[in-house]
Amino acid sequence: MDPDLVLLLNGIVSGLLLGGLYAAAASGLAVSFGMLDIVNIAHPALMVMGAFTVVLIGTTLGLDPLLVAVLQAPLFYLLGIAIYGVYHHFFERRGEEALQGLAFFFGVMFIIEVGLVMGFGPEQRFLDPPYAFTTLRLGEIDLPLRMLAPALLALAALGLLYLYLRRSFTGLAIAAVAQDAEALRLMAVDPVRIKRLAFGISVALASIAGGALVVVQPVEPSSGQIFIGRVFAICIMGGMASLPGCLIAALLFGVVENVTATFYGPSWSPAVAFGWLLLVLAFRPQGLFGKAA
Amino acid sequence: MNTITRRDLGRLSLAAAVAGAGVTAGVFPAVAQSANPIRIGFAMALSGGLAGNGRATLLAYQIWAAEVNARGGILGRPVQLVFYDDQTTPGLVPGIYTKLLDVDRVDIVTSPYATAMIAPAMPVVMQRNVTFLTIFGAGVNEAFKYDRHFNMNVVGDNMKETYAKGFLDIAARLPTPARSIAILAVDNEFAQKAAESTRFLSRQRGLRIVYDRSYPPSTVDFTPTIRAVQAARPDVVFIASYPPDSSGILRAASELRFTPQIFGGGMVGPQLAAFQAQFGPILNNLVNWDVYSPEPTMNFPGVAAFQEKYRELAVKEQTDLLGNYIPPYAYGQMQVLEQTLTRIGKIDQTAMAADMHASEFDTIVGKFRFSASGEWAEPRNLYVQFQSIRDGDLEKYKRPGAKVILAPENLKSGELRAPYGPAA
Repeated sequence: MDPDLVLLLNGIVSGLLLGGLYAAAASGLAVSFGMLDIVNIAHPALMVMGAFTVVLIGTTLGLDPLLVAVLQAPLFYLLGIAIYGVYHHFFERRGEEALQGLAFFFGVMFIIEVGLVMGFGPEQRFLDPPYAFTTLRLGEIDLPLRMLAPALLALAALGLLYLYLRRSFTGLAIAAVAQDAEALRLMAVDPVRIKRLAFGISVALASIAGGALVVVQPVEPSSGQIFIGRVFAICIMGGMASLPGCLIAALLFGVVENVTATFYGPSWSPAVAFGWLLLVLAFRPQGLFGKAA
Repeated sequence: MNTITRRDLGRLSLAAAVAGAGVTAGVFPAVAQSANPIRIGFAMALSGGLAGNGRATLLAYQIWAAEVNARGGILGRPVQLVFYDDQTTPGLVPGIYTKLLDVDRVDIVTSPYATAMIAPAMPVVMQRNVTFLTIFGAGVNEAFKYDRHFNMNVVGDNMKETYAKGFLDIAARLPTPARSIAILAVDNEFAQKAAESTRFLSRQRGLRIVYDRSYPPSTVDFTPTIRAVQAARPDVVFIASYPPDSSGILRAASELRFTPQIFGGGMVGPQLAAFQAQFGPILNNLVNWDVYSPEPTMNFPGVAAFQEKYRELAVKEQTDLLGNYIPPYAYGQMQVLEQTLTRIGKIDQTAMAADMHASEFDTIVGKFRFSASGEWAEPRNLYVQFQSIRDGDLEKYKRPGAKVILAPENLKSGELRAPYGPAA
């Protein structure tokens, strides 16, 4: 096979796998930011916190990191409910959620990062499952399980969330609260309760993303910072409240980054990926799957 | 509606800064309580991306301070460390040094770790004309040309012509000497200077550069980049990276079964215990820049005793478990200070600078002098090779044989093994 074609195919495949990690990281934000309009800038920090607890529990009990991420998700759900409770009580209820709410989540991010340094130390932490050192080879295409397993978990989590939002009454209520909270109240549903529940789900997804992250790379308390720009960009590009949009935007983001890195050098990757975001927004301001206002 | 004014924000910032401040505490609480101490002030990365090395540096300083105070102090006065967390944020550094010098009125200031944090402190210390002893900077004084700046680092004055010399000397020792090289460097000052040195010396020696690119620190997946390097078929690969990237690069090379004759360069990360524990056999035959290895050729007086003490405390303080990288140099930095003060017999910034320019220092990392620009007069860039690494057990890194020194010649402790790849 032509060497350039091999490079291109591998760039696309590795980009899709990287996109799986991005999808895991961005899916929770698609719920909190996309559907609830809560600018949770601490989401990547919550993901890193999830990664640290995965390392702690996984190392202690000898469990697979992805399994631990799923098992601890209910605890993160409760944490999300608690965070939303504080946010709602002090900011949203008073109508001060815009700027001061943003400052609140910035503070949460800072507290999480410093808390992780104090609790775990600033060193890199890792938990490599045995499959992390295995690479499947399909002809000329490499499929490292280190990237494939987290991508599959992300797809499964997104699929389940999608079904929940489309098929269950509560899921439909979450979609509705994003559009018109007052109308929801007229249907005898408490929008605050629905938002609390949805925010809990978004933080539970941060736990899953944390498990995916720790399989892909070692984590340190400040690891979340490199994801902040990317996850918000993916949410916006996907169309804010659209989960399929979030997934496709994440995959495209990964492919654009990796193909660019292969042929033009990694320095160009972020510029091309974010340039592509601008291009999408220029022609479709509502994002790839968003509905025009 | 409640609003936060700028003044409120200022108060909050001050409160946060005070909360992040410290005097020598934790493992050495008694030191802070001594009367009329010599106060040594500095900012240090205790959180953020550089905190791993920042906290290890602080522990080395604390060990030194405890030892000095146990001996009766310097000039009959105990020493006290006054430090603030710079959060690995360069923007916080000028404010911290202003506070140290104008509000805390410390007697002496030393630097944060490392280049990116030292540079923003320079204008503040230069305005006040104080002697500034820095740790692990790289060419910071090239721009400032401050005659009271002294840097504890092995890279020396002329990084461009000396940094990669040892690496390329090793490449020339291959059974079939290398003819092509690939260079990959992260977009930061230290790595770019390392890459520039490799580029310059490779051209001088007639090596063909088949890949030469940089990458942003935010890169997550290195697989496509390493695949592109692999496609260029270089004999040797020089990479200048920082810890999170070094992990991704080594994993990608392992997954792609990339085994050039020599792989390594100026990667920061493989020097650290957490990294060595995680990567185990992936490190085998990696040839990398370093500053210290427990080989017989570097068994300087005092270094083993220091490391024993450091390792006892490292677990509790949650710092690098081995202390083979920055801690001996951080301790040596404080020895420089101690030797200068003892010689001049007073705290006088002018006399301190004059003594540092004129004297030879004898530390646990060896003897050295400072050049006119305050760098080590004789550079000592080590290139070590990880040999016979089959697992992540850290015990082997406390003994000779795991990190064999290949360059420079006067410290060499073993022979090159090629190609790069896991031990059989």
